[in-house]
Amino acid sequence: MFHIYCPYCEELREEEEFHPKGQAHIERPKDPEACSDEEWGDYLFFRDNPRGIHHELWVHAVGCRKFFNITRNTVTYDILETYKMGEQPRVTAESLASQQTQGNVQVASGGQQTVGASSAAAEAIKGEQA
Amino acid sequence: MSDSTATRANVYDVRPASEVPAESPLAWSCHTSGRPSVSANSRVVLRERAMLGHLILRGGAIVLDEAVRGVLGFGLPARPNALSLSDDGERSIQWLSPDEWLVIVPGGEEFALEQRLREALGDAHYAIVNVGGGQTLLELEGDKARELLMKSTPYDVHPDAFPVGKGVTTVFAKSSLILRRPDEARWELVVRRSFADYLYRWLLDAGAEYAIGVEQ
Repeated sequence: MFHIYCPYCEELREEEEFHPKGQAHIERPKDPEACSDEEWGDYLFFRDNPRGIHHELWVHAVGCRKFFNITRNTVTYDILETYKMGEQPRVTAESLASQQTQGNVQVASGGQQTVGASSAAAEAIKGEQA
Repeated sequence: MSDSTATRANVYDVRPASEVPAESPLAWSCHTSGRPSVSANSRVVLRERAMLGHLILRGGAIVLDEAVRGVLGFGLPARPNALSLSDDGERSIQWLSPDEWLVIVPGGEEFALEQRLREALGDAHYAIVNVGGGQTLLELEGDKARELLMKSTPYDVHPDAFPVGKGVTTVFAKSSLILRRPDEARWELVVRRSFADYLYRWLLDAGAEYAIGVEQ
């Protein structure tokens, strides 16, 4: 059983109810007519594929049917937090890296299923930087 | 009601009194062909509450809550995955998503209710859709009803996780439905028309070991 926290239903639900929808926080260019082909192509086709922290768009397809965001570690598959549309992530690659340099690894507070997981995530990041 | 609202929304009675025969999604499986009858051994009893009025309300919670309180006498559930019931338990409103609620009322009331809600809501930004033709309500009762649910859905149906007054949309038997618990004894399943035959047969199969019976 693998559970994901839906920020709209405010509870953990079975993974089967969710679908991933790719990279989150992709902004449509304000004025598409004024875009260069490269800008428009980047917006339309090109996606990040990071090793480590990734912010993704998911949908609670069999449930409230709302889209929301997940911060996920693509190395360990840890879900570090889930947050509603329009919100900004609290856990980012930068925030984890700075925690690491301060020697102050804290457990992410956003995703409930990740208690104790973010130190592993931070280790993964550290391994990457080393 | 303003003229603009009236002309934009397609409001009509989908079940005019009697001339047009209407059938529940389980008309054939449950009501025409054979079904296991309730015996003394039955630990689970299934019954269909056919032809109820189902409405989907969409819009802002505050505006809808005010209108619903005025028309139905009780408000929207305040929390996600919650169910609010009228005093007699005949009418219910369930949270489906942050801007969506399912209202179930006795059959025949839904058209008048829709019109009164439209009047109360006026120019507010909202949508009301009569979905009564697309789904039906099944009830499970008996001491093994929870066991039957545990075989069918990954959702936790233990009373600690699923108290009375809760309702969720979830995965059920490789399909999906709305599962809700209006009181201690009963579980309600809101199933879609296209899944109704399949889920009905699934429930009979899963309930066979508890000598499931179907009440008319």
